[in-house]
Amino acid sequence: MSAREQILGRLRQRKAAVPASEQPDFSVLTRRQWSAGERLDLFRQQIESVHGEVMRVPREDWLTPLVGWLQQREISTLLAPRQHEVGQTLRAGWTAATGNKGPELRAYDRPIEAWKPELFSEVDAALTSTLGGIAETGSLVLWPDADQPRLMSLVPPIHIAVLDADRIYSNWLELLREQDWAAGMPANALLISGPSKTADIEQTLAYGVHGPAELLVLVRQ
Amino acid sequence: MTAEPTFHTRARASLADPQIRANFRNAMDGLMGKRTAAFEGWELEELRTLGAAVRQRALSQLPDLLEQLEANCERNGIRVHWARDGEEACKVITELCQQHQARHVIKGKSMVSEEMELNHHLAGAGIEALESDLGEYIVQLAEETPSHIIMPAIHKNTGEISDLMHAKTGTEPRRDVPYLTSAARQQLRTKFMQADVGISGVNFAVAATGTLCLVENEGNGRLTTTVPPVHIAVTGIEKVVGGLEDVAPLLALLTRSATGQHITTYFNMISGPRPEGHLDGPREVHLVLVDNGRSEIWQDDELLETLRCIRCGACMNHCPVYTRVGGHAYGTTYPGPIGKILMPHLQGLAQTQDLPSASSLCGACGEVCPVKIPIPQLLVRLRREAVDGDKLNPSVVRGHGVKRRRLEALVWRLWAWGHARPALYRFGLALAQRLRFLQPRRLGAWTRHRTAPVLASDSLHARMARRDGGSS
Ligand code: SF4
Repeated sequence: MSAREQILGRLRQRKAAVPASEQPDFSVLTRRQWSAGERLDLFRQQIESVHGEVMRVPREDWLTPLVGWLQQREISTLLAPRQHEVGQTLRAGWTAATGNKGPELRAYDRPIEAWKPELFSEVDAALTSTLGGIAETGSLVLWPDADQPRLMSLVPPIHIAVLDADRIYSNWLELLREQDWAAGMPANALLISGPSKTADIEQTLAYGVHGPAELLVLVRQ
Repeated sequence: MTAEPTFHTRARASLADPQIRANFRNAMDGLMGKRTAAFEGWELEELRTLGAAVRQRALSQLPDLLEQLEANCERNGIRVHWARDGEEACKVITELCQQHQARHVIKGKSMVSEEMELNHHLAGAGIEALESDLGEYIVQLAEETPSHIIMPAIHKNTGEISDLMHAKTGTEPRRDVPYLTSAARQQLRTKFMQADVGISGVNFAVAATGTLCLVENEGNGRLTTTVPPVHIAVTGIEKVVGGLEDVAPLLALLTRSATGQHITTYFNMISGPRPEGHLDGPREVHLVLVDNGRSEIWQDDELLETLRCIRCGACMNHCPVYTRVGGHAYGTTYPGPIGKILMPHLQGLAQTQDLPSASSLCGACGEVCPVKIPIPQLLVRLRREAVDGDKLNPSVVRGHGVKRRRLEALVWRLWAWGHARPALYRFGLALAQRLRFLQPRRLGAWTRHRTAPVLASDSLHARMARRDGGSS
């Protein structure tokens, strides 16, 4: 008999049904609601409490403050999407905004196998879009795809995420219900809440252990 | 031949080690405080009730959910494998590695893989398995086992880790946490790039969507499940839940209970390998569902509650025994309260007979458990099983009755017999009261730090009768 048959067989053999629980009541989660202003404040507070940075930027011109931030840090290469609206806006206005003073724009345009060492050691920062934010936990929602692959938000030392203020939900449950995640999940979905960190050495926090050491969230308003 | 160290000998050794005591005391005090702070403003009791209900509901539908999980994973392109025990799971994984001519495996944190000693098996097949979670990496360098399920290297302080990394990897001997962390990052980055296979655990497996959820802070879990061409996820069969919504309360409870975080840095949901046209992610994803005793636990209504566990570690952080003796004293994969109620099933009571009694039954574990597992009650149940102490409900746990002693059983039988006969009971009582000066002053370990209880000259019954008589 195969392992599968044997395990399922043993489970199916149970004499009486497992005592079911009381009907789960999710209101303890759903009643935690905040107004739009509170959501933004809470989101910011949460992200900052875990060493992330939030920058509020105007929707029409978010490139100027971004470029200022990058140039001040002397970032020399930035990885950005090509298809997504944030990538297109960024690429269209890049020369004007940077005055050709860098950083150099790169694209994730080959399979990882073709440029692993480069991605791992030559890219300083990567910018991605997000599907929304979560106020309660200070989380960003990402569904990586061909234009914005999984490793963009993980391998470069700095991750910059673009978030629209009107897409900040109170909590994850509300977000996954409204965006109807149950209808179909992508191969990879992520909640990102701050830069990579560890407390494995004597409970002392250290950032950037495997992923980015810095997370900048551009909140477009 | 020297005798296997027991819980008692190991506990005595840890108690005598001031370094271990200090390391655990500091860490656990910190974790308890952070947990309390993280639940501020929450209706914690309601949330725990929801967490327990969601887990219990999933367990009540276990076989159906497993089949649904399998079907949906396969539909998403995740290959599903089943394993009756750790041995079989190791075999499945080793074979998968061999099919891909894998020499180097990188691992994310997985307690199930510890439970089945996967690294050891892989090494036997000539495959190097490297732990990438910083705590696990340190423990592996030290050739030890984790002493906490969330914080594997909590038994070591910065100085010890600095010395260890200096000796094993050539880092500078600096007691500087950011330096040590970035040194480990450098060492592991190359390993991630070289790895042929990534192996991870699973925190929640969602049946309705065929999704594997991983909770982590470091990003090593994401690297493990994204960079190598093959990802193998391994999990116990009890980790399945119905839908994504069920994950919401469990995630809210897990990270706050474990480390007092509102959420971890990464919550990684994997529902398939790299899709056509995508540029990264593994080409193959496998899920190994391990039983290893779980379907046995599941047969008993009371013991089954053990399987609600979401491995947050709060029970050990709050356990007065764990805090003092540390994780290694237990000598088991899962230490602390959860270990005491789980390990007897995985290894049999014969091997784990000291565990259910290594508790004062203070109840702290049951009070903090986010899914309301009645741990103290289960400890009492296992103590009873160890002596076959319940005639009406025959014992079921493997190795039950291992602690049953003929003399002890006889004493209790006599006791019961005497108490069922009023005349005899009164006679015995009177006799004992007369002869109470003969009572021993020393009662083994009990009286080493306490005075022996002395029988009263009068019974409570007699006193109450006198009082009632006087007041009427
Ligand atoms: S038994 Fe409860 S408290 Fe202990 S690890 Fe499991 S879920 Fe956490």
